Amino acid sequence: MAETLPQFLIEHARQTPNKYAMRERNYGIWQAITWGQYLEHVKHFCLGMVSLGLQPEEAIAIIGDNRPEWVIAELAAQSAGAKSIGLYQDSGVKEIIYIILHADVSFIIVEDQEQVDKILEMWSELRGVRKVIYYDPKGLRNYTEDFLISFQDVEQLGQLYDRDHPGWFEERVAQGKASDIAILSTTSGTTGDPKLAALTHESMVSMGHNLMKVDPMAPQDEFVSFLPLAWIGEQMMVISCGLKVGFTVNFPEEPETVQHDLREIGPQVMFSPPRIWENLVSQVQVKIEDSSLLKKKLYNWAMPIGYQMADIRFRKDTPSLGLRWKYKLADWLIFQEIKDHLGLRRLKRAYTGGAALGPDVFRFFHALGVNLKQIYGQTEINGIAVVHRDGDIKFQTVGTPIPETEIKIDENGEILMRSPAVMTSYYRNPDATAGALKDGWLHSGDAGYFDEDGHLIVIDRAKDVMTLHDGTKFSPQFIENKLKFSPYVREAVVFGGDWPFVSAMINIDFANVGKWAENHQIAYTTYTDLSQKAQVYDLIRRQVERANADLPPAARIQRFLLLHKELDADDAELTRTRKVRRNLVAQRYDDIISALYSQSSHLDVETTITYQDGRTAVLQTRLKIESMNGGG
Amino acid sequence: MLRGFRHQLNSTQLNPGDLQLDIQDVQLSFLGVTALLNVSLNVHQSEILAIIGPNGAGKTSLLNCISGLYHPQVGRIIYYNSGQHDVTKLRPYQIAKLGIARSFQNIELFRHMSVLDNLLAGCHVYMRSNLLSSMIYWGSAQREQIEFRQFVEDIIDLLEIEAIRKQTVGSLSYGLQKRVELGRALAMRPSILLLDEPMAGMNSEEKEDMARFVLDVNEEHGVTIVLIEHDMGVVMDISDRVVVLNFGQKIAEGTPDEVRRDPHVIQAYLGEDKSVFPFKYGQQNNNNG
Repeated sequence: MAETLPQFLIEHARQTPNKYAMRERNYGIWQAITWGQYLEHVKHFCLGMVSLGLQPEEAIAIIGDNRPEWVIAELAAQSAGAKSIGLYQDSGVKEIIYIILHADVSFIIVEDQEQVDKILEMWSELRGVRKVIYYDPKGLRNYTEDFLISFQDVEQLGQLYDRDHPGWFEERVAQGKASDIAILSTTSGTTGDPKLAALTHESMVSMGHNLMKVDPMAPQDEFVSFLPLAWIGEQMMVISCGLKVGFTVNFPEEPETVQHDLREIGPQVMFSPPRIWENLVSQVQVKIEDSSLLKKKLYNWAMPIGYQMADIRFRKDTPSLGLRWKYKLADWLIFQEIKDHLGLRRLKRAYTGGAALGPDVFRFFHALGVNLKQIYGQTEINGIAVVHRDGDIKFQTVGTPIPETEIKIDENGEILMRSPAVMTSYYRNPDATAGALKDGWLHSGDAGYFDEDGHLIVIDRAKDVMTLHDGTKFSPQFIENKLKFSPYVREAVVFGGDWPFVSAMINIDFANVGKWAENHQIAYTTYTDLSQKAQVYDLIRRQVERANADLPPAARIQRFLLLHKELDADDAELTRTRKVRRNLVAQRYDDIISALYSQSSHLDVETTITYQDGRTAVLQTRLKIESMNGGG
Repeated sequence: MLRGFRHQLNSTQLNPGDLQLDIQDVQLSFLGVTALLNVSLNVHQSEILAIIGPNGAGKTSLLNCISGLYHPQVGRIIYYNSGQHDVTKLRPYQIAKLGIARSFQNIELFRHMSVLDNLLAGCHVYMRSNLLSSMIYWGSAQREQIEFRQFVEDIIDLLEIEAIRKQTVGSLSYGLQKRVELGRALAMRPSILLLDEPMAGMNSEEKEDMARFVLDVNEEHGVTIVLIEHDMGVVMDISDRVVVLNFGQKIAEGTPDEVRRDPHVIQAYLGEDKSVFPFKYGQQNNNNG
């Protein structure tokens, strides 16, 4: 019985050598890799690294877009008994150096010239790294550094090694134990150095096993992998579930072609953070706005039926025969079409996790007939501990625990979790480990409680809940999600806890507002320019009014402004999974927040832009502040 | 897992550094107005040569002479590839067939066709099948089309335009259209690529992208690049050699550093705009002086 990930790979390759394990769109065509070929690649790449000196106690780091090589490298390292670490492509230099030194990384696997250049810049500090292996040779022809080697060359070394040491690979894989560490996964820390959660093969395998018990998948199912493989959610689907079940993992051609490739594949399952689902809603709304009158009419007729159906199902009532027929018709006329365009037509299940998703978005997808469910988990418990069951969905909850997972709430209201998937420790960080793991229980740092149906409810991180001036407690995320349901609002940060009223800082959605501006013959040049147009302020004002209509008076937004730049993960304003870092944003935009609570109707800001060649320019912008109760 | 390029985008037979284009005493005038006066210039295989100069200096005229749109009244243009070709009096299509491709200051693409079709159209100089067999689309004509498509996919990969493959060119942003135009020139498998202001009208990010693609074409495939460009930052960054024209005459030639310090060049530019060599270049001069 297989207990490590490479052992699962060998099992699949033995049982179904000619079934497709992976597909990648390349040169415009889907190119498939069978389980047999997958194993061959892993074997040769593993032996290649071993011949270059890879030891079991070491680790490899992988940076790049989602490609077969990414996964092959991970499995190859694990086959040799070593660990793999996925790094985000947009990680900062300091972060990369810290992780590589901290985890004894001996090989770095990168995609192409861009990352090679990045590594070369910091090379002098990367002690202990023996080779940098790239898999896309484009642009690297004239690089002469002796530590650079191509993926194919490593595989060739592996073939030679295999000739001299036949059977070595199979023996080494057989020696692998469930308690070996499979991956080190970075956690999105808000302060200080990143922490690396050490996850064993047992953790990876049991997680896949337990999720599949709740939501079974079949080997002939398809999955499209387009979120960073460094993220635990993607590891969960591609590695844990993929190797458990043996479904086909598809890699898009480029990040820009995801939508198109998703539609071509039509996956049976998807797992994305809220951001992706919010964007899909915006896309639909904008496309409908742009379409013919007939389609608009149809859409406006069908959506209320969809919502009605969704609400009845949420209440677990049985819909009337009439409604069922109407829904069938709406589905046939328009919902199928929308789902087809988004690549969601064949979805059995869709998951969202990582942050709270607004109820509006939830209802929207269920109205279309997309079985969208909430997941709750953390990197430290391999991504998932709690999930909605099919037909038992409540959007204020995150569902019930998956098998083999115990959850309890301690006296402070903190959520504690215990399961075989919990990490062994933070890698080489006993202090942090002691804080998170006590007597086998993982302390999540989230506050929560169980409702009467046994569903877990996660409250916003306790410190984020704000007390309004009239004393009611309110979650800023709730207001922000209301705003973000508008296709024209990309990001919103709401303030109000320590202030006399609620105000908001809004990022417009450049693509959608840009399109709207085009349709209304409003000329603009840049994001900054567009965001400060009077007409755009009017447009957003209407979105704020709509959000306000659903809110209790004390929680209504009184003043807002449109930010001149997009909040950016590169500036640490968002986490890598695109959650707003509220405290940091509040600090950085201190002057803007004070202006929101002053009498003034505008604010001058200066921003320094650094071009990539090191030149800098200072931009002066006047930001308007809009008051909701007339004037402004 | 195919990675890298399956096709060579360059049809040259020369080695890097070989003399590729020998322009000898070219003179061009329109009804008495002199556009080029005794311009001589050598272009070598696999270099990036920039032609700079104030407005009306004759840069585009020179490019047009090379590509056969204009024929100089005096002088010769010799092109070396498998042999020696005097291209002075050849028609543009004949010159294109010999391996000299160009892009224009204004975008000259088929606006209502897809990116893919525009690129495939660039392959036509290599088409062997005749009209009839193409219509039947069988045998060699079919094989040829498949071959072209694979070749074009290499260009799409190089220029990173996978996401817009099937879009009509007219619907694309200006920067992307410029990129597609570069792609179509590449579809001709040129040994020399003439680029007339490839970065005009672009924002700094688009410029940076374009500069990178031009460098990729040059480094990966050894295609010689002759470009006209106004952005001095770009010119100084990517060119191996720079030629300066003023009033139809060549006033300087050399590496970017040499040209930057050349008194004639400074003179020619001073009247127009004092900040032609902005930013760090100016500072460098101060330090040196």
